[in-house]
Amino acid sequence: LPVWQALYEKYQDRNFVIISIALDTGGPDTVREWIRPSNLAAYPKVILDMMGWDESESGRLALPTYPSLIDQTHLVAELYNLVNVPMGIWIDEVGRMVRPPEPAGASDAFRSLDRATFRMPGEAVQAARLSRSRYVAALCDWIENGAASRYALSPEEIRGQIADTTEQDALAAANFRLAIELRQKGLNSANRYFAEAIRLRPDSWSYKRQSWELEQAGKAAGPEFWSAVDALGDKPYYQPVDLRD
Amino acid sequence: MPATIIYKDRTSVVERAWAAKGELLLPTAELKRATGWELRSAGACQDDMCVAIPPSWAEDVTPDSTSFNLSSFARLLGQAAAGDEESGVWVFGEAAADRSKLLDSAEAPDFQLPDLDGNLHSLAEHRGKKVFLYTWASW
Repeated sequence: LPVWQALYEKYQDRNFVIISIALDTGGPDTVREWIRPSNLAAYPKVILDMMGWDESESGRLALPTYPSLIDQTHLVAELYNLVNVPMGIWIDEVGRMVRPPEPAGASDAFRSLDRATFRMPGEAVQAARLSRSRYVAALCDWIENGAASRYALSPEEIRGQIADTTEQDALAAANFRLAIELRQKGLNSANRYFAEAIRLRPDSWSYKRQSWELEQAGKAAGPEFWSAVDALGDKPYYQPVDLRD
Repeated sequence: MPATIIYKDRTSVVERAWAAKGELLLPTAELKRATGWELRSAGACQDDMCVAIPPSWAEDVTPDSTSFNLSSFARLLGQAAAGDEESGVWVFGEAAADRSKLLDSAEAPDFQLPDLDGNLHSLAEHRGKKVFLYTWASW
């Protein structure tokens, strides 16, 4: 994504790579404009605000030169037991995770978006930016210091932070995969299996929002989404990242 | 009827498969192509690993049997499965225990996925570098 390119350019000569993965059943046509916008200047500001990207810092926009991959079946969500986006995972030189999947600096500040004007209050924008910049600073610290970084976790710590895949989770994933296949064959029966996946794994925002979006473009960020977010009450949408600062 | 079988990361179409009571049966001759497993005297085998066929199946499932109940076999292995009989699409995923075991090792599961131009990339090809893996979605 354009927002990560500055970080990549800074560190690409230091044995560092970014791999972005779009969990998008819609495929290349759905994500192309997000990955390689035809007009960078028109990248939606509200998205940058909601996600806490400050254009003066790492939010400087440039077309990505790192691998930007497309995962139409949400395979990576299944592999890493993910239920929401965005998520960041740090992987060291030998292929071991040093931080588990985390919301990569995304915060709940977006919940104060004015749904009529599509604007965010100034303090919420600041809160989102703070969460983002702290996360990016931690990431830079790890890129520079490796295992010696205070943010790099041991396998034991990682283990404690990744939920096991239960049999019900695996069954939900099988139903979701089936739904995608049926959808790609143009069959309406897909909806039955999307519903089953959602029923089996109610904590998955990805199952809900992907199936809503396939049903109708824009529905993933529509009233159903916001009422589901509101239903969380005091519970977080994005689990705050513990950076031990 | 033809069945589309998604077995872990492998997708195949088996022409003469059939469903009975929500279970998928396929010609034994197609088992290896569809799943990677084949029947030997030691049981169902993949490379050097064999899974013994339970005694209760033994009469029905032998190396010269003509049909194989893939749904029963998936249950035996603890795999999650979902199928749509009407359209003949069946999914057999990884066992939950296998998924958890891999994540418990803190080793990052590998994958291979295309970019916008259709070129495939894997995580493993970046071994030797630090990787920031970032998932997102347009929705």
